[in-house]
Amino acid sequence: MKVFTFKRMLILGILVTAIVCLLPTFFNTWPHKTINLGLDLQGGMHLVLEVQNEKAVEAELERSVHELKKELRDEGIKHLGISRQKNNTISARLQGEENKEGFEKIISQEFSNLLIPSPVTATDGVTYTLRLPDAEMDMIKKLATEQALETIRNRIDEFGVSEPDIRIQGDNRILLQLPGITDPDRAKNLIGKTAQLTFQLVNDDASVDNALKTTPPVGTEILYQNKMDPATGNVTKIPFLVKKQVLLDGSLLIDARIEFDQFQQAQVGIEFNRKGARIFDRITGQNIQKRLAIVLDKTVYSAPVIQDRIAGGKARITGRFTTEEAKDLAIALRAGSLPAPVKIIEERTVGPTLGADSVRMGLLSMVAGGILIILFMIIYYKRAGLIADLALIVNIILIGGGLAAFQATLTLPGIAGIILTIGMAVDANVIIYERIREELRFGKTALAAVHGGFEKATLTILDANVTTLIAAIVLFQFGTGPIKGFAVTLGLGIIASLFTALVLSKSIFDFILQNKKSSTLSI
Amino acid sequence: MQLIKSDINIDFLGKQKIGFALSLILIIVSMGSLIIHKGPNYGIDFVGGTLVQVKFSQNVAISDIRKGLTQLGLKDVSVQDFGQAEDNEYLIRTSNSETMENNLAASIASSIKESTGIAPNIRRVEMVGPQVGEDLKKKALLAIFYSLLFITIYISGRFELKWMLSGVTAGALMTAVYFLSIFNVSMPFLITAALVITLALYWFLSLKFAMGAIVALIHDVFITVGIFSLLNLDFSLPIIAALLTIIGYSLNDTIIVFDRIRENIKGGQSKDLFTELFNKSINETLSRTLLTSFTTLLVLFALFFLGGEIIHNFAFAMIIGVIIGTYSSIFVASPIVLAAHNRG
Repeated sequence: MKVFTFKRMLILGILVTAIVCLLPTFFNTWPHKTINLGLDLQGGMHLVLEVQNEKAVEAELERSVHELKKELRDEGIKHLGISRQKNNTISARLQGEENKEGFEKIISQEFSNLLIPSPVTATDGVTYTLRLPDAEMDMIKKLATEQALETIRNRIDEFGVSEPDIRIQGDNRILLQLPGITDPDRAKNLIGKTAQLTFQLVNDDASVDNALKTTPPVGTEILYQNKMDPATGNVTKIPFLVKKQVLLDGSLLIDARIEFDQFQQAQVGIEFNRKGARIFDRITGQNIQKRLAIVLDKTVYSAPVIQDRIAGGKARITGRFTTEEAKDLAIALRAGSLPAPVKIIEERTVGPTLGADSVRMGLLSMVAGGILIILFMIIYYKRAGLIADLALIVNIILIGGGLAAFQATLTLPGIAGIILTIGMAVDANVIIYERIREELRFGKTALAAVHGGFEKATLTILDANVTTLIAAIVLFQFGTGPIKGFAVTLGLGIIASLFTALVLSKSIFDFILQNKKSSTLSI
Repeated sequence: MQLIKSDINIDFLGKQKIGFALSLILIIVSMGSLIIHKGPNYGIDFVGGTLVQVKFSQNVAISDIRKGLTQLGLKDVSVQDFGQAEDNEYLIRTSNSETMENNLAASIASSIKESTGIAPNIRRVEMVGPQVGEDLKKKALLAIFYSLLFITIYISGRFELKWMLSGVTAGALMTAVYFLSIFNVSMPFLITAALVITLALYWFLSLKFAMGAIVALIHDVFITVGIFSLLNLDFSLPIIAALLTIIGYSLNDTIIVFDRIRENIKGGQSKDLFTELFNKSINETLSRTLLTSFTTLLVLFALFFLGGEIIHNFAFAMIIGVIIGTYSSIFVASPIVLAAHNRG
């Protein structure tokens, strides 16, 4: 009889392929694709951010309000107030009927993205409720999320994380996988910083105390500066009455870097592009002896009195930064501001020591479980048990090879899935062997019993595995992170065990029986 | 070696009253516990919150940790030992997830450093916002629903060899669920409704084996959830994975027994002898039913004892599920099929 049948060659081919795929994980060999370890095993941070992109819509409307006012002023059209409403509309009140035509002309010519509804006329004026079309609003939100993703990617790249995985999830969420992060707090601060840098004038005409007691005058807002007492470490909040109009913002920056003053205090030096420098030149020239507040994410950092016109477009942000804080702020400013604030809505951080412990304990229980099963099968089924054990080892190699070949991620639940597979893979052998024993009891020859056993057990084994495979596929579809890893190893394990039990074991039995004349079977 | 003799003959179905009583007790206890605890003890994965695992270099008093945490004004704080006592490892849980100053874990670390005098090593932080918790809960329930649906379709088609009928069943089920989902009913209700509809359909269509398998499945999952509730163990994402695996795996034993029953029925027995035939089938397959569960339990115990604290509850859920699943394939699934046979 032939030794090299097509089936045996196929089995050998699959096994060799699996080994080749698995080798790079342990040695530096071709094809250089190793099994990826999940964040729960190598340590790292998983973050889900929610981009509050309705804020981007608000900002867009706020800009429109600002521009609309300017246009109306230029055209000499009188209005009784234009403001953004809570429900994302702009309410514009005109003085009388005579202004309607001019107003509508400006809207249709200059603000083509705003819908013009029919106005409501009342005794005190004509009110227009302008709003953005839904498609436009969705577009702004989508762009905000995409821009946030780009900005965060740039920040992470500058921060220096190897192999980060950053992607958009759903409508307004960003998923970040950052392996090997050593300082999660710092990373979170850097990612979450909106880094909205603005230059606004301080309103010195009105008193801050009055504004605090009542309401701030029209066109101004109260912002705070955090001042820390270096002796006690207490933080006090100093209020500033600041004009809402933004004279210059961080979008015109070309550089931001850490600098130190003469006391070795860290600060961030910023530099504007030519357009920004021109604007800076003009506003400093026009507002000498006034205070210019440097505002970052709605917090005042400093508000120096402008002594002279400043040309060249260079400025400094000071504020008792630690070196790390200043460095991260510079990164955030260089990478650009987020178009809308982000909120961390899910965090899972695993320290490197815990990850290593998980790997160690996972492998330990895998080896222990494996040895128990191997011993049991040999004791219970003798030589046939040895075949099952061989099949089991091949099974594990196949799972490992599969993980590497598909570039799947191995997680702690994934290791649990492999361990579970070890227990379940021999199930198929047990079902077959029990059936063979039964056939032997009926007085069949070894060859007939083996054939009968495999034939009758095949369907049962397929059924039993299909139901578990269904569970694994559903888990893969709905699971996240570590659970997905479990679904992958469980699914791979089931497929591998079908192969090892129904194809490999059978082939080994055939080989033994073919070369042996005697009709006894060690089972 | 042979632990279970081939001529074994236990009158399982004669003892079905005992099995019935035991299952009833387990179900009542599970239900009672679930009612008292107002549903499963959901972990932060599903209700939102923050979990911080800290390790100290030397022994510290839990009361000192608590003292540090009270200053932060957190809601529903709990501190518990984690793993072995000599590890000096603790798990801090709170339902807070809105991160104050964006860094709850850091403020927890600094305040317990102050109160205990030792800087803790933060080993793990898990923070889930309420919205994410809702999403994960919905996803988990959908996963349970779909795996039940697909497995139902598969076994009704496979056991009864009536793929057409199983297709109709699935169609009816999906339509019913679709109409219910229009009225925005909650997911647990939807799943219950789907199961009731399935069982009613099986009853009318007389798909006996499929019905027996599904009842056994519900039995296994429900009791596993009940035991978790009884022991006040956290219901987290890995537990959902365990439940789905149990759904898939506990069918294995049922399938082995059912296949043998059908094989023996083909032999053409008269209806009076069905009880005997069922008993014979269960006894014939007893060794493989028990051995397959045994090998799986062997590795699960290895995982339970050596796999570490994080995977502990997962292994525990699987152990319960495998044991209950083996029991139910003999004492729940088979008696139901027998009852259905005797009826029609």
